[in-house]
Amino acid sequence: MRRLDHFHGGIHPDEHKLESSELPSRIAPLPPQLILSLHQHIGAGAKVQVQAGDHVLKGQLLASAQGMVSAAIHAPTSGTVTAVRPHAVPHPSQLPGLCVHIEPDGKDQWIEHAPLAYRAIPKSELLAKLREAGIVGLGGATFPTHVKYSLAPDQRIQTLVINGAECEPWITTDDRLMRERAAEIVRGIEVLRHLAAPAETLIGIEDNKPQAIAAMRAACADSDIEVVIIPTLYPSGGEKQLIKILTGKEVPSGGRPTGIGVACSNVATAFAIHRFVDYGEPLISRQMTVTGNVRTPQNIEVLIGTPLQELVRLAEPLPGVTGYILGGPMMGVDIEDLRLPVVKGSNCIIVKSAKLFPPAEPAMPCIRCTRCAAACPADLQPQELHWFSKARDFGKAQEYNLFDCIECGACAYVCPSHIPLVQYFRFAKSEIWQRERESQAAEVARERHEFRLARIEREKQEKAERLAQKEREATAAREAITLAQALAAKQAAKQAADPDFEPDNTQQMRINAAIERAKAQVAAENPKNTEVLTPQQQAEIAEIEARRAKLREAAAHPGADDEPPKHS
Amino acid sequence: MISALWVMVGISLLLGAVLGYSAIKFKVEGNPLVEKIDAVLPQTQCGQCGFPGCKPYAEAIAKGEADINLCPPGGEEGIRKLAELLGVDYKPFGEGAGPRAKAVAFIDENTCIGCTLCLQACPVDAIVGAAKQMHTIIASECTGCELCLAPCPVDCISMMGLPESIQTWKWPYPVYTLAQPKNPTREMPTS
Repeated sequence: MRRLDHFHGGIHPDEHKLESSELPSRIAPLPPQLILSLHQHIGAGAKVQVQAGDHVLKGQLLASAQGMVSAAIHAPTSGTVTAVRPHAVPHPSQLPGLCVHIEPDGKDQWIEHAPLAYRAIPKSELLAKLREAGIVGLGGATFPTHVKYSLAPDQRIQTLVINGAECEPWITTDDRLMRERAAEIVRGIEVLRHLAAPAETLIGIEDNKPQAIAAMRAACADSDIEVVIIPTLYPSGGEKQLIKILTGKEVPSGGRPTGIGVACSNVATAFAIHRFVDYGEPLISRQMTVTGNVRTPQNIEVLIGTPLQELVRLAEPLPGVTGYILGGPMMGVDIEDLRLPVVKGSNCIIVKSAKLFPPAEPAMPCIRCTRCAAACPADLQPQELHWFSKARDFGKAQEYNLFDCIECGACAYVCPSHIPLVQYFRFAKSEIWQRERESQAAEVARERHEFRLARIEREKQEKAERLAQKEREATAAREAITLAQALAAKQAAKQAADPDFEPDNTQQMRINAAIERAKAQVAAENPKNTEVLTPQQQAEIAEIEARRAKLREAAAHPGADDEPPKHS
Repeated sequence: MISALWVMVGISLLLGAVLGYSAIKFKVEGNPLVEKIDAVLPQTQCGQCGFPGCKPYAEAIAKGEADINLCPPGGEEGIRKLAELLGVDYKPFGEGAGPRAKAVAFIDENTCIGCTLCLQACPVDAIVGAAKQMHTIIASECTGCELCLAPCPVDCISMMGLPESIQTWKWPYPVYTLAQPKNPTREMPTS
């Protein structure tokens, strides 16, 4: 028996899992329209590769990954791209994002695809293929899998943690997936083991899912993957929390699990990897829980891009709907618009009713009871963070490790004053990011301004130098001319005074030469633009001249060329 | 007696040498305060403070010749930061001077005559163009200083607000009502 560690805090909210976990999952029918957001993962958005009017096949690339942290997006079914234009996407801002709209043709015709013999190719190639297949972490954060497993040469993974904890109330997608697809999940885990080469592989599952545990144990019977039962405690499914429970190691503040020799992936991610390597299918569908105020709460396998209203319709909402939550009740976002499409990170849609989700109780002032600090799984001081965020003292909030907050909502859940603590933390985080962006922009502006000032100064100096040089040359030339003319005048005077005087030819020649030289110097000050050229410019001129000659020839023999002579 | 004197002389010479050396070695070029103030300023280089750029304004503040409330792009936050840095009291913006929403310049390319006047005015070289060629603004580099508006002879430059995108969206400050006292008759006595 493995000795388990535990993380700080944690809460026991009502589970509400039995509502949706007992029905077998079903496959959603093809929706009339699919809307694929280009920003379904953490990192840079995908770059669209199709345009309106294109016919696409199931699994065809719609948008390719751009940049290191990014993932591709594929057509979930065959059909016609009707538009590439902004549409509301699942984002707390409710702002529109660029989406590819597809009208399915009903044939569901696959593009050519084949299994991947991943053990025969280098790991870097396998990672690149995962990137092209659009595989991202399906636990919620949608971090691209190929980035997570791109390990530095000196990095060793001691433990591979597979996350089947699913601690958030109401959600049962991983539970159902493990019950129904245990063997397939293990096939995917084998790929991750190949990539990370860990000393041990642990699957962490909360003890409220006995059937999933049994199914996974049966599937792992022949391998050395260990299924570990962990006590039910929210948020044990958080990456850092699960790692702490299973290995006793703490991911340092601001660090990643791979830094302490642990890699962590969700069971749904492993399943998606299995679909890719064993069938060649990119990530185009996922499991989602539809639950809450509906007649048949259940899990549905749904194509990415399906409008949420299609899912809710399948579960038959009951009267008294007061709203919807995308995600779980603890970490999800309230939405009103059901036209939002499913994205890779969507795991649950909850239909709210006044009975199941009574409106939040009115907040009261903080009484500094520190119950939130006792519940915080990241071992933070939420009450302090709340005061700092409220006072917009963001520097102080950062000092208190605001960015280690995983926004799990445990603090707000236990708060006797019902203060929406997580909202404060999200507000503070986005303000800090904004400031970060602004200071980066200011830094760029400063550099550009300084460069401009330096450039103006340099140009001024160069101009002054040129002028001074010109002035010096002009003076010298003028002096030479006056001198020469004075000499000539002297000679002429001598000649006039004495008609027999033979002018000294050599002297005269010297004078003339001096005048010529001076004149040449004056001329050199203002060279024509055809002089003093670089070889490149000369070559260019020669080329143009050649072209002109050809044109002249063409003009001399009209009719030889139908094209009118172009002016060069 | 004499040895004590020698010791004192020796110590003073040694310390003098150390001081002299460090004065040369650790000489501070320029005023470090100017750099610190400049780092707080938003670098729009707009000149709305009355100085030709952020650095000159920072120098003026460091010398005590300028107030800290002259920078509209920095906003109240900027004044607060300056006040904290300099150890002075916060001072609100004067009449009519206040922060405006961030915007970038936009050239109506149908109207632009290619005079290059805005090119010369732009403090961060964010305008591309040449004589008798159409000009255009590099929106990502534009600081929104509005210095290009005045020189344009055909008034083809306008300021455009930046639309909110998913990338720049911020969570709003939480607004909620506090619970009302259950029994309004039992109010706290007010003094």
